[in-house]
Amino acid sequence: MMGRYFAIRIGRAALTIVLVVTFAFVVLRLSGDPALMILGPEAPSEVLAAFRKAWGLDDPIWFQYLDYFGAIAKGELGRSMRDGRPAIELVLERIPATLALTLPAFAFKVALGVPAGIYAALHRGSAIDRAVMMTAVAGFTVPSFVLALILVLVFAVQLGWLPSGGQDSWRHAILPIATLSLGGAAVLARFTRSAMLEVLGQPYIRTASAKGVPWRKVVTSHALPNAAIPSVTILGFMVGTLIAGAVVVESVFAWPGVGRLLVVAVANRDLAVVQCILLLVAMTMVTSNLIVDFLYGFLDPRLRTKGAHA
Amino acid sequence: MVTPLVSIQDLRVAFGGVSVLRGVDITLQQGEALGLVGESGSGKSVTWLAALGLLPRHAQISGSVRLEGREILGAPAAELDHVRGGRIAMIFQDPASALNPVLTIRRQLCEALALHRDLQGNAVKAEARRLLDLVGIPDAGRRLEAYPHEFSGGQVQRIMIAMALAGNPDVLIADEPTTALDATIQAQILELLSTVRREFGMAMVLISHDLGVVAENCDRVAVMYAGRIVEEAPANQLFADPVHPYAQGLIGALPPLDGPRRRLTAIPGTVPDPAKMPEGCAFAPRCALAAEPCGHAAPTLAPIANDRSVACIRAEASRRALLGIAAE
Repeated sequence: MMGRYFAIRIGRAALTIVLVVTFAFVVLRLSGDPALMILGPEAPSEVLAAFRKAWGLDDPIWFQYLDYFGAIAKGELGRSMRDGRPAIELVLERIPATLALTLPAFAFKVALGVPAGIYAALHRGSAIDRAVMMTAVAGFTVPSFVLALILVLVFAVQLGWLPSGGQDSWRHAILPIATLSLGGAAVLARFTRSAMLEVLGQPYIRTASAKGVPWRKVVTSHALPNAAIPSVTILGFMVGTLIAGAVVVESVFAWPGVGRLLVVAVANRDLAVVQCILLLVAMTMVTSNLIVDFLYGFLDPRLRTKGAHA
Repeated sequence: MVTPLVSIQDLRVAFGGVSVLRGVDITLQQGEALGLVGESGSGKSVTWLAALGLLPRHAQISGSVRLEGREILGAPAAELDHVRGGRIAMIFQDPASALNPVLTIRRQLCEALALHRDLQGNAVKAEARRLLDLVGIPDAGRRLEAYPHEFSGGQVQRIMIAMALAGNPDVLIADEPTTALDATIQAQILELLSTVRREFGMAMVLISHDLGVVAENCDRVAVMYAGRIVEEAPANQLFADPVHPYAQGLIGALPPLDGPRRRLTAIPGTVPDPAKMPEGCAFAPRCALAAEPCGHAAPTLAPIANDRSVACIRAEASRRALLGIAAE
C-alpha cells in the first residue's frame, strides 16, 4: 500500500517535469527568433534562413516539440546554437561553480536561521525577539540584488576588504555567499519562529510541563520534533534551489555558474541550453519535493498510517 | 489542626491588567475529593494552572500556594518540576491534543516514570505496561509502541490518567476530564478515577461545570463565580441546601431525580466580562435578591457553619437560619 502512495507521488512529479519543459518550450519559441538573436539583425536573410533550416526552426511547432521529446527519450538534450557543443556539457561544467556558492550558503542559512527562529520563539516579545524579527523582515523584503549592491558598496568599494566580482579565489565567494545566506536565513528564522510558536501553544506542551519535564527538555524532545514538520517544507524548497537559485547573485558578482549561463542563454534564445537548464531545475525541485514527502512520513506518524491506508 | 495537603490563599491572577482570579482560598486535605464547579471563565482551571506555574509567563500571579506548608508559588523551576507530576499531577479536558502526536505512548509514559521514580532499564517499561493495564488499555505490551492518534478519545484519557499515576502523586487535578467524551465513556472514566483514587490514596480535585458529575464523585464542593469562590460546603449539604444565590441558581437549574416535578429555573444574564467587573458583589447584577449594599463591597468568603463558607452579605441571615434549624 505504501508503494502505491509513493507511485502516485512519483507519477505526479514526472507530470510536473513534463509541464515545465513544455511551457518553457512553447514560451521560448513564441518570444523571439534565435537566428536574429545569435546572428544579429545585420545578418543577410539567406544566412538567417540557412540557420533556421539547420536548427529545424522552420518546422511547425508541434513537430519541433515531438522531435524534442523524441530526442530526450534517447537521452539527447540538444546542442547549443552558439557553439554547437552539447547543451548538457555546457550546463554540467557550470554546476560546480554554482554549488560552490549555494551549498555553503545553504549551510549558513540553516545554521543562522533555525537557531535564531527558535530563540526568538522561546523569548517571544523580548528585545532579542524583536531584533531578530526586524532583521528577518529586512532580510526578507530587501531584494537580493539590492543586498548584493549594498555589500559590494560597503566591503568592496568603501572598505576594500573583498573583491566585488569574479571567481579567482575563495575571497571572491564571500560576498555572493553572504548575499544568498542572509536572505535565506531571514526566511528560515521567520518560518521556524512561527512553527515553534504554534507548537509551544499546543496542549501537549502543557501536558509535558505538568508531568514535571524540565523546560529545556520540553523544548528539545516535545516541541522541536513537532516544529520540524512544517520547517522541512521550506528546507526542501531551499534544497530545490541549489542548482539555479543564484541567478541574480551570479549576475551581480560575475560568477560563472549555471545562473549566469541561463541569463546569457535566454538573452540569445539559445533554446537547447535554456531547456536543458530548466529541465535540470525542474528535476531538482521535484526531487527535493519527493524527499520532503518521504521525510514527512518519517517525522509525522499520523501521515505514516494515513499513507499506509491510502 | 493538621497541616492541609494543599493550601491556596488569596490567589490572584491577571492577564495584561485584567483580573481573572480575584482572591481564591482553597484547602485540600490528604485523600479528599474536592469538586470545583462554575461556568466557563470562572477561573476553575486557571486556579490550578497558576498554582502549578503552568500559566504563560505574562500572567501576573500573587498570593500563596502551599504544599504541606511549603510555598510553591514562584518556587525555582527545579523544585516545581519535582512537584508537577511527582506530588500534584494534572489531566486535561481535550485528550486528543493532550498527548504529543509524534512520540509513542511508551516514550511519554516512560518519561514521567524516569522523572519521578527510581526505576532503571527494563523496570521502567514493565511499570509503564503495568500502568496501562491498570487503566484498562487492552494488550498493553503492544499498545505501548502505538502513537496517540491510534487511540480513541476515551483511551487517550485513560493513558493520561496512567501518565498522571506514573509519578505516584498525592493529588490529581482532573480538569474537565470527561467534557470532551461521550456519555458512556464519561461514566467509565469517572469510575476509573474514583478507583485509582481509592487505590493510590490520592486527593483529587475534580474541575467540572457538570454538577451531577461533581455530586457523585466529591466529598466537598467549591462553587466559583467570576474569579472567586462564592460557596464551599460538603457535597451533600451544598446540593440539599445551597446558600449563595448563585449556587441556588445552579442547583435550581438541575432537574430533580426524585420527588415532585418542579419548574426548572435559569439564572438571568451572563457572566460579567473580567475587564468590566461590576463594583461590589460580581453576582449582584444577576441576583434576584440583590440589595443596595451589594453594590458597595465584594463580600468575603466567611464561615456560616461547620465546614461551610459563603461569600454573600445575606449569609449572616442564612447562618442564623441554619443554626435555627439545628436548634429545633
